[in-house]
Amino acid sequence: MAKVLVVTSGKGGVGKTTSTAALGAALAKTGKNVVVVDFDVGLRNLDLVMGAERRVVFDLVNVIQGDAKLAQALIKDKRIDTLSLLPASQTRDKDALTAEGVAQVMEELRSKFDWVICDSPAGIERGAQLAMYHADHAVIVTNPEVSSVRDSDRIIGLLDSTTEKAKNGEKIEKHLLLTRYDPVRAARSEMLNVDDVLDILSIPLIGIVPESQDVLRASNLGMPVTLASPDSAPAKAYADAARRLSGEKVDLNIPAEKKGFFGWLFGRSGA
Amino acid sequence: MSFLASFFGRKGSAPVARDRLQILLAHERADRGEGGSDLLVQLQKEIMEVIRRHISVDQDKVQVKLDRQESCSMLEIDIEVPGLEKKSADKNG
Repeated sequence: MAKVLVVTSGKGGVGKTTSTAALGAALAKTGKNVVVVDFDVGLRNLDLVMGAERRVVFDLVNVIQGDAKLAQALIKDKRIDTLSLLPASQTRDKDALTAEGVAQVMEELRSKFDWVICDSPAGIERGAQLAMYHADHAVIVTNPEVSSVRDSDRIIGLLDSTTEKAKNGEKIEKHLLLTRYDPVRAARSEMLNVDDVLDILSIPLIGIVPESQDVLRASNLGMPVTLASPDSAPAKAYADAARRLSGEKVDLNIPAEKKGFFGWLFGRSGA
Repeated sequence: MSFLASFFGRKGSAPVARDRLQILLAHERADRGEGGSDLLVQLQKEIMEVIRRHISVDQDKVQVKLDRQESCSMLEIDIEVPGLEKKSADKNG
């Protein structure tokens, strides 16, 4: 049974696209058939983060408008053969995505893949609403920072009221993914810590991705971080999160300030 | 992947990012100029129209691949052409 997952946040720049690529690649590495879908019409970037930007011919809007078949718009990843990308269009037409069109594409994707991962645009408007509408699961990407937490709370409200599941009286499974977490600054009370955020949002935590240079390097190279540096701390956090999404029980350790890997990694940035 | 990692080293990912962006933006800026849509996508459309004038092609059996490079791009259109015998036997095909 296919699962549709939306990666959302409300706020921009918190790591939705990075997380979509990393989780998609991590799930595909376990042998699942995965498609990552870019819903950010007009400002697509998932193709760039996935390293497929030179290969885009057709996109989601072409499929919805009947100019291309779904199979023609899907771009197979060159590194993992169970991973595909459906790019967004660069059109400026706000109404290019229709509810019916998206519903049709999602139904077809469900029949072809084990996981359909929708990368939501920032904001709470049409694109974001359509990205979340068909979801069974939601990963809410949040930075330990006041405006991000507030916007995540808004999004949680929308997930519980405006989605298909909500309208049928069912619940979307919501998971909090804390990104750009700096244990040193959290320990010094300069940054909200994990418990603060969990207390406020009260949804289950699926992972904590530490702030890391590996993430920037991965997007420079056009690779999900789970492929570019699989042994790095963020890649491991994403891989564990992917296993939890698949229903596995994996212990979650909160990165703490200690003399060790994190001390070395973050110690220098404290000045 | 490990070969890429060792090739670019720990410090050298920004030049890759710059090269990728330069190629991508050159294409995207050209698309936004006169005529609007991507030349290669337009070419692909017209080539398909010409082919359809002569044979009936099943949209599902057409694969289009594109690779935009700095100095040249590759457009690859893969069409499964129905056999002539089968076509005359099956008029709905």
